[in-house]
Amino acid sequence: MLKILTIDDSRVMRQMLHATLSGAGHTAIQAADGQEGLETLSDAGHVDLIITDINMPRLDGFGFIEKARELPAHRATPILVLSTESSDEKKVRARTAGASGWIVKPFNSETLLRAVRRVTTG
Amino acid sequence: METLEAIKVTFFQECEELLGDLETGLLSLQAGEGDDETVNAVFRAVHSVKGGAGAFGLEALVRFAHTFETTLDKVRSGALKADEAVLKVMLRATDILADLVQAAKTDAVVDPHRIAESSEDLEAFWGGHDTAAPAAAAAGESEDWGFTPLAFAPVPSLAPAGPPRWTVWFKPSTATYAKGNDAVLLLRELARLGDCETVLDASSLPAFDVLDAEEAYLGWTITITTDEGEAAIREVFDFVSGDCEVRISGEVAAMPELPTLPILPPVMDLPPLALPSAQIPALVAVEPELRGATPADGPADLNPRDKTTKKEKEAAPSAAPTIRVDLERVDRLIDLVGELVINQAMLAQRVGEIDLTRASNVQLALESLEQLTREIQDSVMAIRAQPVKSVFQRMPRLVRETASMTGKQVKLVTEGEGTEVDKTVIERLSDPITHMLRNAIDHGLETPDERIAAGKVPEGTVRLSALHRSGRIVIEVSDDGKGINRQRVRELAVERGVIAPDQPLTDDEVDNLIFAPGFSTAKAVSDLSGRGVGLDVVKRSIQSLGGRISIASKAGQGSTFTMSLPLTLAVLDGMVVSVGEQTLIVPLAAIVETLKPKKSDIRRLGTGMLLAVRDAIVPLIDVGVALGWRSEPIDPTTGVVLLVECEVGGCAALMVDAIQGQRQVVIKSLEQNFQRVESIAAATILGDGRVALILDVDTVVGERRVEAEAGGSPRLALAS
Repeated sequence: MLKILTIDDSRVMRQMLHATLSGAGHTAIQAADGQEGLETLSDAGHVDLIITDINMPRLDGFGFIEKARELPAHRATPILVLSTESSDEKKVRARTAGASGWIVKPFNSETLLRAVRRVTTG
Repeated sequence: METLEAIKVTFFQECEELLGDLETGLLSLQAGEGDDETVNAVFRAVHSVKGGAGAFGLEALVRFAHTFETTLDKVRSGALKADEAVLKVMLRATDILADLVQAAKTDAVVDPHRIAESSEDLEAFWGGHDTAAPAAAAAGESEDWGFTPLAFAPVPSLAPAGPPRWTVWFKPSTATYAKGNDAVLLLRELARLGDCETVLDASSLPAFDVLDAEEAYLGWTITITTDEGEAAIREVFDFVSGDCEVRISGEVAAMPELPTLPILPPVMDLPPLALPSAQIPALVAVEPELRGATPADGPADLNPRDKTTKKEKEAAPSAAPTIRVDLERVDRLIDLVGELVINQAMLAQRVGEIDLTRASNVQLALESLEQLTREIQDSVMAIRAQPVKSVFQRMPRLVRETASMTGKQVKLVTEGEGTEVDKTVIERLSDPITHMLRNAIDHGLETPDERIAAGKVPEGTVRLSALHRSGRIVIEVSDDGKGINRQRVRELAVERGVIAPDQPLTDDEVDNLIFAPGFSTAKAVSDLSGRGVGLDVVKRSIQSLGGRISIASKAGQGSTFTMSLPLTLAVLDGMVVSVGEQTLIVPLAAIVETLKPKKSDIRRLGTGMLLAVRDAIVPLIDVGVALGWRSEPIDPTTGVVLLVECEVGGCAALMVDAIQGQRQVVIKSLEQNFQRVESIAAATILGDGRVALILDVDTVVGERRVEAEAGGSPRLALAS
């Protein structure tokens, strides 16, 4: 049972993540862009895992990861990137920003949950 | 647990919004108003449609969206300039995308030729054939694209003769931990694959007093017995392989060649940073870009991305937080508030009956209750109010299509998109606006050649605007075309028996003949106007909403359709009047003035009566007679006359027995609860609990006009 923050500007994606994660017994909280993600983090405090999109309005995924890593509470929180982008350049950028891993959209629930398992104790 | 179907519903809702954003963005780029953020937003819209479509395995949609997205990406990166030609193709692609979404929703198919054509147009901008097209991949492995909630598909085991053993050497670096990865989790994941024998290598662990808690010292050698193969083992280390040392060697016993697992997705592979892991911490110190790699020493202000992030933040106005609520719940709330208003009115009336002093506490409390009720009602109505933007943004496409069908050049200008109106009204705006726009382009605007001949620019302008005026929403559609050919309209109207040959009409009245049933000024039924719905039907549907429509025209300069509708269909400001024993409500919006007629102002004409009001003469209608409640009209000098304005015949005078007052009433549909009744628009419940009918002014006046004309007494003949 993990508390997972999901950040995606697509309602469909958020709903899917929620369905998959809550179906596996996790609690999923949602944010619609990086900025909201940061606000949600400061409200929600501890989360076990963050799953974020890259292409988002206001603050994109890269920016979010960098900002989140600056927060003492989230220096070591696992952050998975979930994006349709699969270019090496983007992945390197995510990695340097501090991402723990990368999942390519569209995902199936098995892929997602396996990735979650790999970075969390849940 | 949300089902797949529910998510699909969200997907289509979201698509509609995204397509709207997409079109709006492209149009503002076309108008030269867009900036980088507009391009980004447009890109994101297509990107999100593609993402969602991929999740549902909508291949055709994914493939087309991908081509579109690639083109947009070229614009975003500056490789392609968004000039007129590019935007035109993109707007066309937006239409196709919308069609594909619609087709996906209804399981229909879009003409592949149209898709191919648009794709080719898009590809022509960047040479086509994107090598890394995920769409192509989608076609190949579509079964993996589907979203399967909770399906823990068992990894098929390959059943080899004897499970091979593997040796894995693994040593994390500081960077591994800094990115939220944990060696323990990886070991645990590895253990899921098969029996593990794990040996810890703590040889580089320093003495405790010099140990740095953030540093990575440990390594492991794992011997694992598993059927899963090397790929599965590698996958465990996918996230970390760039940051740490991983070596996998196999004791390839019975299996000379490793089978690849069919269901392993091509995901989760972060490419290595192309640096030996040992150098990373050193590099961090000199390269601020890599600051994120070690949070322990990351000074925030060194980050060059900070600036862009802030800029993006400022560029996008932070939207007020919103929630999504089922429309049904809001409707229910509005109904309840309607009941509350009625109840409050009843209570006020009852209290009024028991003769309390004006300043009594009960009265005072009642007054504040009344005010509160009114405020609640306004607030609740505001929840359902929406900007007309949602309707307006569907129109550019219609204009484009109509323009191309008629061979005309049209520019659409929209104004007042933020004008708010109740959702129930919004839903019904679309059809009339569609009609007015089609009409303006089809009949109003000239062909480019005609325009040039008339000394105009070849491109015609159609303006669509919305505004609030005296408690109603007014929608105007105007064009700068040739205006109405009055001579022709008159001839046709006579030909079709709409008017008598010698009937004198003002210019305005001639113009508005186009709303008469069965009227069409096009010599041949054109592609567009031949859709079976004439302007008369449009007019009737608007009237049924308590609205009005009219047209004004200037020869050679264009025409303007003006449609006005109430802001809500839930409440109505009405005048409460008595007719015989009955109480009736007349919509306040229709009433121009009220007066007590003098005997000298009344003229009798056959069975009807006319009333002279200042310079004009208008038909005088006894409402009781019109509704069949009495056979003889009352003496006009004892009654009260309401001067009403309506679409059909300009002004008319309605005669009632007395005025009781004005009040806001909650509309209860007769059609829903009983059946449609001629001359009655709806019903309401009064403060004393009685039901009162709401008069349909246009019908009452219209009927009278028909009667008058049938009786051969052209009403305006007397006006001169």
